[in-house]
Amino acid sequence: MSTDPLDGVEEGPAWWDHEAGPVVRPYMVTGGRVRPTTVDFDLITYLVATATLAADTPSPEHQAILALTQEPRAVAEVASRVDLPLGVVRVLLCDLLSDGLIARYDPPPTDHLPNVETLQAVIHGLRAL
Amino acid sequence: MDSVRSDTAPVPQALKILVAGGFGAGKTTLVGAVSEIAPLRTEEVLTTAGVGTDDTTGVATKTTTTVAMDFGRITINPSLVLYLFGTPGQNRFWFLWDELATGALGAVVLADTRRLADSFAAIDYFEQRNTPFVIAVNCFDNDQRYTAEQVREALDVDGHVPVLLTDARDRMSVKNVLITLVEHVLTMVRSSVPA
Repeated sequence: MSTDPLDGVEEGPAWWDHEAGPVVRPYMVTGGRVRPTTVDFDLITYLVATATLAADTPSPEHQAILALTQEPRAVAEVASRVDLPLGVVRVLLCDLLSDGLIARYDPPPTDHLPNVETLQAVIHGLRAL
Repeated sequence: MDSVRSDTAPVPQALKILVAGGFGAGKTTLVGAVSEIAPLRTEEVLTTAGVGTDDTTGVATKTTTTVAMDFGRITINPSLVLYLFGTPGQNRFWFLWDELATGALGAVVLADTRRLADSFAAIDYFEQRNTPFVIAVNCFDNDQRYTAEQVREALDVDGHVPVLLTDARDRMSVKNVLITLVEHVLTMVRSSVPA
């Protein structure tokens, strides 16, 4: 048996790649907070930054969200593009919201299906694809 | 916290459609066939303590599970955007479905005739929630072993639920599934609202 601890290291894929999972636990970036402080964000709630990047923006993750939402984006899209779990992103969004750096636009109330005009517009749009 | 939705909102109205079905039924493929962006992935990190079927008895350290949801986007017009969300395939993540299904326009249940039973749970779920849905039978490699009517019988769904054969890789075919779904929703809206 070899005594060199590095023997065989190159045989398999590197263990520190994406497959190995995050090096930092996901909720590190929220300082351990796991619940948003206000009402929840739907996956299709739209977000728009109301400020450009400020020097005192709390963290690189907050900054990344602000940069992304310079144009309107849905919560799911923001989470995907900053590559953080949804729960983490929701906490960060609450920070930005309470700091007045971001605006949210919620989808219509959940107890109603869209009206006839909207549905017809969707059908028309799908046909035109 | 204030939330806003008005006609002057500087953002489009977003609608969501769910794509459900068993593992490997082709959900992400279907989303990718019509999405204007390559399907994106969002992840939710769960501790096993929150998942009923995972027995953590005797496990000293909690582990985390990542549940992925793939989604795509179709811009209908400047003021209307459709999001398609693939639901997590495993039944033990039902509670994530609740969040997804809330406010959804409707759902596509993607069925695989080789594993038809995999779609029972999704059908039950949408029936119970009164979420409008259609059943799209994914015909892999033109393997049309069954007709839509045979599948309808096997799944025992109500006569008003559209059942259609599809190819999840084919843009026109998937477009047709979505149009069928929205027309189905339109029929429901019209019949529930007095003219």
